[in-house]
Amino acid sequence: MNEDVRTGFEAFQPETFAFDEQSEAEIEKILRKYPPGRQASAVLPLLYLVQNQMARQTGSGWVPRAAMDVVAKRLEMPPIRVYEVATFYTMFQLRPVGRFHLQVCTTTPCWLRGSDKVVAACKQEAGIRGFGETSADGLFTLSEVECLGACVNAPVLQINNDLYEDLDAERTIALLQAFRRGEPPPPGSTIGRIGSAPEGGPMTLISEIEPPPAPGAE
Amino acid sequence: MLSDKDRIFTNLYGLHDWRLKGARARGDWDGTAAILARGRDAIIAEVKASGLRGRGGAGFPTGVKWSFMPKTSDGRPHYLVVNADESEPGTCKDRDILRHDPHKLIEGCLIASFAMGAHVAYIYVRGEFYNEAQRLEAAIAEAYEAGLIGRNACGSGWDFDLYVHRGAGAYICGEETGLLESLEGKKGMPRLKPPFPAAVGLYGCPTTVNNVESIAVVPTILRRGAAWFSSLGRPNNTGTKIFCISGHVNKPCNVEEELGIPLRELIERYAGGVRGGWDNLLAVIPGGSSVPLIPREICDTVLMDFDSLREVKSGLGTAAVIVMDKSTDLIRAIARLSRFYKHESCGQCTPCREGTGWLMRMMDRFVVGDAEVEEIDALEDVSRLIEGHTICALGDAAAWPVQGLVRHFRPLLEERIAQYKRAAMPRAAE
Repeated sequence: MNEDVRTGFEAFQPETFAFDEQSEAEIEKILRKYPPGRQASAVLPLLYLVQNQMARQTGSGWVPRAAMDVVAKRLEMPPIRVYEVATFYTMFQLRPVGRFHLQVCTTTPCWLRGSDKVVAACKQEAGIRGFGETSADGLFTLSEVECLGACVNAPVLQINNDLYEDLDAERTIALLQAFRRGEPPPPGSTIGRIGSAPEGGPMTLISEIEPPPAPGAE
Repeated sequence: MLSDKDRIFTNLYGLHDWRLKGARARGDWDGTAAILARGRDAIIAEVKASGLRGRGGAGFPTGVKWSFMPKTSDGRPHYLVVNADESEPGTCKDRDILRHDPHKLIEGCLIASFAMGAHVAYIYVRGEFYNEAQRLEAAIAEAYEAGLIGRNACGSGWDFDLYVHRGAGAYICGEETGLLESLEGKKGMPRLKPPFPAAVGLYGCPTTVNNVESIAVVPTILRRGAAWFSSLGRPNNTGTKIFCISGHVNKPCNVEEELGIPLRELIERYAGGVRGGWDNLLAVIPGGSSVPLIPREICDTVLMDFDSLREVKSGLGTAAVIVMDKSTDLIRAIARLSRFYKHESCGQCTPCREGTGWLMRMMDRFVVGDAEVEEIDALEDVSRLIEGHTICALGDAAAWPVQGLVRHFRPLLEERIAQYKRAAMPRAAE
């Protein structure tokens, strides 16, 4: 048994964690952003560093319990404050995930444009039955997320840090296959739209751009 | 119709260079030192005169908000915090500013901070906007490199530091005091007001929190003048606004237009019209998921501004227009929003923590019709018990979509219940 809900034992938790050189260099830069004595502000950035380092080292970006203790110590916070934060914010994964974290938005604007089909395509192609599952090959974990803030390019799917937009079932399957082949396409619209401009090209901002008139000229 | 020369976000779609060179060619950072030389009071007066109302949803006058900051420091530093935690379902405008026009935001941060006596500003970007935050960081680095920000910013004598702080996936951090808690390294649980952030904000210091779009339009307002800005839009609803048109339209898109543009014109001119034609329209959520929907009859004539939408018991919110055609299961569309608010409630206030769950579970039953007709009133009741009984507006935001549904589509709810009962009847008779 890998986990025991009664004792809180989780076999996948490493016993120790230490920031590597790359993370240490980042920490220095991060801490300079906040006033002296306010280093707790760096808790989100440091948890991100943990998650990124885990992805580098193990291929799975998540935040182990031992790392939370390291962050607490580094920021001189009680460990419980770090646990609170790590469990409050949904972007921190508290258990190992697949190499490619499929985060499909199903909130109303995406749902209206067919996010159900994107979910079904992800399940089919990755061989996953439900949200929270990781594919047998360890490549894909599927999560349902709330609005990703790209609603005029709905439906959208976030894979690790990148947003893929204007999806349908077919293009979702092709996308996952590309990731499996190790050839992830550039993020953005999957139908060649320019940013948030309407399909077929912008209807505004088509005249030659001139700087606005100088003050007092109008 | 707004002409291109009156558009502020001239790189909305990213067709041009977002870097400093491109931004300068579009007029950004032009005479910034001269703007600062006008002095704090003059800048705030100009922003007040422009009639600019906050673009993050509440529509509070930006210049008035700035004037709440103490005129002189009592020893505590002042802060500007820019809310780039864009998470309101339907809304994706700040994303375009961050990735395509970052220098407008950075210049706005300098001017706004100067006007409020702040030497430091933070931009809190939602965690999911990873690439957008990277882009913004790169633009900030350029601005430092060029001496536009940092020590003696633009040669103005004002020292100004600007930092990006990434959130990590919590809608509630878009609430200004939840955002401040988060920035301090805590769970994003909103604070009781008063004290307001202008008195006790970030690290206990005077702070103003503004939306990305509100700050990014400021440099252009100061360059072209309050009179120009207030000549656009309608009285008390001045200027331009980025509208996000999503859902059942032929061509979903973002577009900058004048406030007060008729909803129908907005959808038909820019978004290719409603899928299947205007007659196929069922309802629109005109200002992001938190505002009540409006049925087609209202959509025919309503204008897209703060006051017009308020008159029809909805709101402009973030100007995120979610269009739903007649194929939509409207009950399910609203039920999904109830699930959203249940998921995003921070859990601090009992009416919201428990109430959003109640709403979600009741709405899930209404989707299939497994309810009694009297429960429609109970649903409404539950929403009223949340609304106005919580520290922040998330409770209200959870209540309003449901209230809009009951207000305009009660027969639909009744019909669904009747359908369910008809289907259940033969089984019951067996």
